[in-house]
Amino acid sequence: MTPFTTLAGRACVLAQENVDTDQILPARFLRKPRDLAKGQDYGAYLFHDLEVPGRAGACVLLAGANFGCGSSREGAVYALIDAGIRCVVAPSFGDIFAGNAARNGLLTLVLADAPMIEGDVWVDLPAQRIGFADQSVRGFAIDPARKRQLVEGLDEIGVTLTHADAIARFAAQDAAARAWVKPQ
Amino acid sequence: MMTPRTMFEKIWSSHEILSSPDGTSLLWIDRHLVHEGSFHGFAKLGNRPVARPELTFAVADHYVPSHARSLPIADAEAAGLVAKLAANAARHGITHFGMDDPRQGIVHVTVPEQGLTLPGITLVCGDSHTSTHGAFGALAFGIGASEVSHVLATQTLWQRRPKTMRITVDGALGPHVTAKDVILAIIGRIGAGGAVGHVIEYAGSAITALGMAARMTLCNMSIEAGARAGMVAPDATTFAWLEGRAQAPKGALWAAAMADWLVLPSDAGAVFDAEVTLDGAAIAPMVTWGTSPQTALPVTAAVPAADTAEIREQLAYMGLAAGAPLDGIAVDQVFIGSCTNGRLEDLQAAAAVLRGRRAVVPGLVVPGSVAVRAQAEALGLDAVFTKAGLTWGMPGCSMCVGTNGDLVAPGSRCAATSNRNFVGRQGPGARTHLMSPAMAAAAAVTGRITDVRRLA
Repeated sequence: MTPFTTLAGRACVLAQENVDTDQILPARFLRKPRDLAKGQDYGAYLFHDLEVPGRAGACVLLAGANFGCGSSREGAVYALIDAGIRCVVAPSFGDIFAGNAARNGLLTLVLADAPMIEGDVWVDLPAQRIGFADQSVRGFAIDPARKRQLVEGLDEIGVTLTHADAIARFAAQDAAARAWVKPQ
Repeated sequence: MMTPRTMFEKIWSSHEILSSPDGTSLLWIDRHLVHEGSFHGFAKLGNRPVARPELTFAVADHYVPSHARSLPIADAEAAGLVAKLAANAARHGITHFGMDDPRQGIVHVTVPEQGLTLPGITLVCGDSHTSTHGAFGALAFGIGASEVSHVLATQTLWQRRPKTMRITVDGALGPHVTAKDVILAIIGRIGAGGAVGHVIEYAGSAITALGMAARMTLCNMSIEAGARAGMVAPDATTFAWLEGRAQAPKGALWAAAMADWLVLPSDAGAVFDAEVTLDGAAIAPMVTWGTSPQTALPVTAAVPAADTAEIREQLAYMGLAAGAPLDGIAVDQVFIGSCTNGRLEDLQAAAAVLRGRRAVVPGLVVPGSVAVRAQAEALGLDAVFTKAGLTWGMPGCSMCVGTNGDLVAPGSRCAATSNRNFVGRQGPGARTHLMSPAMAAAAAVTGRITDVRRLA
């Protein structure tokens, strides 16, 4: 995935709360293939049935609380990324959405009271700072694991496979201790 | 003395392979479920092998047609995804409950029926309603496609430990008040984001009195309160339901499992990060008015005043007037089914209302699995539905999400037993009111949202 360090561009605003992943990517597009090498992307499906003013060309979305609640569809993250959105700022996020985002280079930036205004914005993830169109600059907190995942653009499976021995030991001990778990 | 632990903490610690310095844990995954929509996860796997194919189960549910199963699927894209799941399962040696398999059904209905969902296990699936399986005292949660590929490749997942929330519901539920009404009341109380970052344990006398189907309904909608997972402590009800199921442990393994399961419930004095209590006796049949499950209200209530832009927007989408009584809102159709309410007990509750009556609006009844369909037919429930004028479908997700083509037309109003009333969830412009099977049956009979207690 594309690592995320710094970002500068324009922000758009979707102020409502509880924007679910059905709004981000309606279910009828879930069947569509996505192969960026073949030019198949999800950008055109983003917010297909929803009006988000100033979205064209924006790289940051300023959103309401519990953004990305609902369905676990990772396609919602693909749609944002493919449409050029690299960062969503909101007071809170759906848990599954936030996990999907970090694994695809989309920063879910938690800020309780971001100025909800369109315009120029910048993000510095290593420094954990964001600047808004009203010239205000704010620090933000982020889960260190998510930060590392984004900044380094880690191949998570590759990282896990470096622990293959520990996994194999656990599996062997567990199979003996909980023999009943095996599907009969 | 050992510090008292919650059931969640016991499952978490027994599955923790290692923890990283940044505070995340690598968890062992006991069961992994995939469906047609998991194609991104298989694609991300690339040429890597599946680490433990015997622990993944593939189920066709999101794109299978509700009708004419003997014919090829007419929708080429849907047919392609159903075929792709079969091909991925065959390629990796994964057991597949395909469209013609007697074990086919909605993944969250048929997998428990097979005895694959057990207390104390970790279970994940690329579907947010995986929380359903917590009804057995499992730690079960939905994941995204990247995590699907990670589980396929490693049988593990990196997770940061969530917080715990106990929701206690004491008291006896009133007549025609079901688990669906309990969970809608909970979401109405704590909100669609009320449990974000938490695993819920449901407790109290109203919960322990529920059967397994009802507990699955309850845990199913934990995600609609934002919870990572929902769970109910296993007890005699759980064990009786599981014993003898096809893939559940047998003989000495059953005895060993029981020994582990009996010490699984939260210890007395275990501390939760958050506590919520509800009076079960005070819960009425519930119905949603808006475009989030948190808009659930007792059917005796009225649509709220248009005080905020958010409410005005929802009322406009739903075509409702502020202050109108919920009881009496005219509906165009009903849908009875889904991973929330597609089990035999749900169909029995709907049939009890519909027996000897005619529906005045069209409706679709979709059993949650082939087994549920067969049991319902053995009891003559299919005849109750069809005599009432409703359509009896084949098992799958159907009109809950509409990916198989079962859609509610733009502007049409549907009384639905499913889990989401989001804008466009049942189709572009569709207006969804969530309720229990008995309430949906009552709506079919009167053509209006109706307090089933008046009708029954």
